[in-house]
Amino acid sequence: MLLDTAYPPEHPGGVGKDLVLVLVVVTALGFDFTNGFHDTGNAMATSIATKALSPRVAVGLSGILNLVGAFLSLSVAATIASGLVDTGLVTMTVVFAGLAGGIIWNLLTWLLGIPSSSSHALIGGVIGSTIAAAGGHAVQWHNLVAKVIIPAGLSPIIAALVAATGTWLLYRISRSMTAGARQHGFRIGQIGSASMVSLAHGTNDAQKTMGVITLALIVNGTVPSNATAPFWVVLSCALAISLGTYLGGWRVIRTLGKGLVEIESPQGMAAESASAAVILLSSSFGYSLSTTHVATGSIIGTGLGKKGAEVRWNVAGRMATAWLFTLPSAAIVGAGAEYLAHALGKTTGVIVDLIILIAIAAFIYIRSRATKVDHNNVNDEWTGSVAPSEPEPAAAA
Amino acid sequence: MSWINLDAIWKIVVFGLLAGAGLPALFSIGLLALSRGPKTATAGADSDVVVGGNPAGIVAAAFCFLVVLAAVGWAVYEVYTIGHPAPK
Repeated sequence: MLLDTAYPPEHPGGVGKDLVLVLVVVTALGFDFTNGFHDTGNAMATSIATKALSPRVAVGLSGILNLVGAFLSLSVAATIASGLVDTGLVTMTVVFAGLAGGIIWNLLTWLLGIPSSSSHALIGGVIGSTIAAAGGHAVQWHNLVAKVIIPAGLSPIIAALVAATGTWLLYRISRSMTAGARQHGFRIGQIGSASMVSLAHGTNDAQKTMGVITLALIVNGTVPSNATAPFWVVLSCALAISLGTYLGGWRVIRTLGKGLVEIESPQGMAAESASAAVILLSSSFGYSLSTTHVATGSIIGTGLGKKGAEVRWNVAGRMATAWLFTLPSAAIVGAGAEYLAHALGKTTGVIVDLIILIAIAAFIYIRSRATKVDHNNVNDEWTGSVAPSEPEPAAAA
Repeated sequence: MSWINLDAIWKIVVFGLLAGAGLPALFSIGLLALSRGPKTATAGADSDVVVGGNPAGIVAAAFCFLVVLAAVGWAVYEVYTIGHPAPK
């Protein structure tokens, strides 16, 4: 289906061209996979922390609902690139380099256990590679600020407001129940609310990769420029994000569930309901928000809404710093990958980029093994670092 | 095009509060109704028994939970219809 498509006359085909398209599609699915495991925590961290769901069941449920969610709506699929960069100036290497920037930032923040936005990583990477290829005029800066940066600043605040209100209401209403009954009841409620966040994540985030692959197909001339995502794109993106979610980004889950606020089940339900409502409402208005920003805002909100709860602002501050760096850092990697690919020539350049990308990914994975976080120790007492009761990892050599 | 879409923001805040805080609040009213009755009255402070056994409480709780489920189902349906516009 992918390779037997006839190219229009103005886009003569060739082995190198097909190879680059295949590499771009595979890399995009790789990004989608990192998007899945980076963001499992957005939906499931609070349920795992309150023991509403066992870690294994939580990631399994979230993976399935991400798969369903990816098919539920296709409305924001096109928004990732169109409107942010001049798509007429985008080439295959630009798409590839942008994805490389997004993947490296996702892996690095995952290693550090920082829940940063996969959407911003992808947008940053694509903007960086576009600037490297065509210059700053190819970026629609006004749209970048109005559609990405301002919503990114506002969404955690709105989510925190909703979650704080919900938390206050839940404790107020349930105050005459015994602590045990309250905990038990809201744990059951959390299964529903966490499922909604997983569904919302699938509808919101899987579509970003579908948009990128569709863009690559358009640039390659495989599909017409007004095409929507072909079915195999929808299916493969849904599977990639679902598999990533199922593997579970335990490091990020731990920071969100244990690091920010010590969470009880009513707070967990309030946080998840707030996240699901804000994400689904915003996507229905066409804003493709970062689910990470919303989920983090909600969790902080539950700390603010409960009397006596403590928000670890140093952890929150560390996250916010990472958020500020996400767009520019991914952009720098994206730009570097584009320069390199351009200098070496399209096909060779993409292959060399891919080898470097795989080497960096392998290095980060090996480093993560040194301070392993998995379903066994994800809920251990928070001692100020991602890996429980282990020394902070030494700086990368 | 303006920098901030105030119309969208106030809608997200208001409907976000209704759905994101209101629905869990309704769920907790249901839990509270469910926990009224003899079984929880005699249980200790650290008991995790939720169902109190009062018939009126159970009916009220069922009503609250059904409203929450209906609202969630409607929301998912809305997302589906927005994401799959009817062919023109």
